[in-house]
Amino acid sequence: MIRVALAGNPNSGKTTLFNALTGSTAHVGNWPGVTVDKREGEYKRKGFEPISIIDLPGIYSLSPYTPEEVISRNYIIDEKPDCVINVVDATNLERNLYLTTQLLEMDVPIVIALNMIDVVQKNKDEINYKKLSKALGVPVLPVSALKEKDFSDLMQTVNEEASKKRKGTTLLDKTKLNDLINQIKELYEEKDESNSLFHAIKLIEGDSIEKKDHDKIYQKVEEAKSNFNDEIFGNDLEAIIADERYRFIQAECSVSFKRHQEVEYIVDKKGRKKKVKEGTISDRIDKVLTNRVFGLIIFAAILFLVFHLTFGEDLFYLNAMGVFNNTDVTLGVGTTWEGILFSSGAGIQSPGVLLQTILVGFTDFITEQVGVGLDLAGASSWANALICDGILAGIFSVLSFLPQILLLFLFFSILEDSGYMARVAFILDRIFRRFGVSGRAFMPMIMGFGCSIPAMTNTRTLATDRERTATIRVIPFFSCSAKLPILTACAGATVTLFGVGNADLITLGMYGIGIVIAIIALLTLRNTTLRGETPPFIMELPAYHWPKFSSLMLHVWDKCKHFVKKAFTIILVSNLVIWVLQSFTPSWQYIEYGDEGFVTSLTTNDSILANIGKIIQPIFTPLGFGSQLGTFGWVFAVGAITGLIAKENVIATFAMLGAVVASVPGVGGIVSDIEGASDVAMMIQATNINIPGILAFVVFNMTTIPCFAAVATAKAELNKGKLKNTIFFWLITSYIAGTVIYLVGTWWWTTFIVLVVIALLIVSIHFINKARDKRANLTLKN
Amino acid sequence: MEKTLDTFKIGEKGVIIKVNGEGVTRRRLFDMGVTPGANVKLVKKAPLGDPLEVTIRNYELTLRKNEAKQVILKVEE
Repeated sequence: MIRVALAGNPNSGKTTLFNALTGSTAHVGNWPGVTVDKREGEYKRKGFEPISIIDLPGIYSLSPYTPEEVISRNYIIDEKPDCVINVVDATNLERNLYLTTQLLEMDVPIVIALNMIDVVQKNKDEINYKKLSKALGVPVLPVSALKEKDFSDLMQTVNEEASKKRKGTTLLDKTKLNDLINQIKELYEEKDESNSLFHAIKLIEGDSIEKKDHDKIYQKVEEAKSNFNDEIFGNDLEAIIADERYRFIQAECSVSFKRHQEVEYIVDKKGRKKKVKEGTISDRIDKVLTNRVFGLIIFAAILFLVFHLTFGEDLFYLNAMGVFNNTDVTLGVGTTWEGILFSSGAGIQSPGVLLQTILVGFTDFITEQVGVGLDLAGASSWANALICDGILAGIFSVLSFLPQILLLFLFFSILEDSGYMARVAFILDRIFRRFGVSGRAFMPMIMGFGCSIPAMTNTRTLATDRERTATIRVIPFFSCSAKLPILTACAGATVTLFGVGNADLITLGMYGIGIVIAIIALLTLRNTTLRGETPPFIMELPAYHWPKFSSLMLHVWDKCKHFVKKAFTIILVSNLVIWVLQSFTPSWQYIEYGDEGFVTSLTTNDSILANIGKIIQPIFTPLGFGSQLGTFGWVFAVGAITGLIAKENVIATFAMLGAVVASVPGVGGIVSDIEGASDVAMMIQATNINIPGILAFVVFNMTTIPCFAAVATAKAELNKGKLKNTIFFWLITSYIAGTVIYLVGTWWWTTFIVLVVIALLIVSIHFINKARDKRANLTLKN
Repeated sequence: MEKTLDTFKIGEKGVIIKVNGEGVTRRRLFDMGVTPGANVKLVKKAPLGDPLEVTIRNYELTLRKNEAKQVILKVEE
């Protein structure tokens, strides 16, 4: 089967064309070695052999800047597709053709798809395809990925070109670099390298990958460079090549592109001249959204709206305003509809919570029916418990987060596709730079509030390795939706038991502590192990446009598949393991639990899990939930451990262990409508943990190693060997953060000790860095 | 008159003469079309005064003052 790769600038409509060509056959895989989505599909039409189509990441150049450029470049060099369709945004010819001039240098047939041709026509501009095709030496076909359904002309040409062999050509052959290029190219050919022209030019450009692979040949370039002298650029070959490329494009564009003359004035009915409104609609929207005064406020409002629509339990604040202070709402006939539409406090739920409630109702029903069915079939009680509590409950508890994660993802896709996210990076860059990252890093961090996994994948748009590593490390501190139950349950229990504060405020405060820890961690990382220049911020601000429904749905569908797969693999296995560990004693006796409580004298306190918990319990003593808690203190240790698999497990573990401590004198009697709060309250009563201890427990869970799936994502996104240090970093950070909170909360005077230690650390880091710089300078001079 | 891009006022236009600096940042500037001969117009500054937004080669590009300092342009008086 013929293999065709799609290459082009970001926002050139590449993905839209891909979707139109492949339809439902597309599937997403990973590029070998890295978790970068690789989209593959087939073009199937009557009269055509099926053609395999690969969507390469959107790039501006073939020079390595982000991992995406390297992937695209390596794909064409190593996988040798039969043809490359270069998607070019016809409304932005100059910059788009810059990539084309580099692609042409590769030994691969190329067809140029001049996309968004409908917009060009609408603007009354004209493009002479024939002239353009002649100048570039490859076929140029106008398309409109958005409007067209039939691409048979394009694919016919692709088919024809794919059967031909094509040697790379360059526009630099008319410049004074030609001799040098040919000389270097021959050296490559002697080594039997394919794409010799491409390699030669990249080497002359001083490309970092090329230099590393062919340092011997590069010495020749260095030699030639020392004798080279251009009247403007001297011997700066890199600048000469970039300049020549754009010179060529300008010369070719000017003959093939005819821009419609803008009318500056219109004459109204009374014969007066009136100035036409300046700028496109996009410009006018932009003026408001990035306004100096309102920009930041508008952004905060949009962010609030997104989170409120996804997680809000009281959509229109009707409950808070007292519209529903009577809980007996008789809108639905049965109780089911009431439960779905109204939250426990009887406000109207947000779409996210609404979908979640429906899904949970459905899965609870399944679990119940399966349980009844198993009983009828005569299954033993442990088999029933294994299937219902071990397998089904585990999978369903994870699936229940699916609606909210998808919704959050959908909102972020809309903001990204519409072009707003790029503006947010623009607005916030000044603030983020202080913490050693660029404004672009904002996006993955804010996504972390929803789920760390898509957030970590999103760091690919960041330019430097150090920035990417630092961002991935702090993403878990932006408390994800799975950690939310820990926050609310602990806050709810604290408020009801000790009668202090307000549950919402404590929850918000916890989010705040997470952000503060992230900032401190970023500053520390960027001044110690990940030290380096603040990464540059050079980014296109794409024109605003309405996001396309079908591509949004495709994004969400991909995410959905990924998440469901995760629930049925890693999480299923880990839940089974936990279930076994808490249901059996070390001598493999089954701990039976029925409607009336524990059937035999064995309780969860005798389980393998409890025994493991008791061993590790002392580790947490400095954090306030270790040895000082006595017999039942292990529940906190176990909660923290099960949380490593999935953060949903923390409160789920408490719920299961709640039954154990319920029989202890002085425990129970706390009723709270916050899910899990009464379980946490029972744990507090049984262990006599103090408030700083609970807070330390929450902060520890928030900042420690994230769930299994997130660790797996981090492993794929980080450079080789970085994962070990990253896990160590998470452990250390959470341990220190928990300890500080417990110490300061319990004995206020320890604040001074903490401050002195911090001050000493800052001073020593400062002096170590100074010494390092001095040494680096010395080596430079030598 | 020659001046660097970071000293531009909003709405000011110029033609690039030279791009200083070195390494990947300069390379990226080239790739994004910031090369000698290109027409540049400063469209706006971010709410906190930095980064900048410019129109170049018929599209919108954002860059920091720090990077803009490396770009030397000719402006008409």
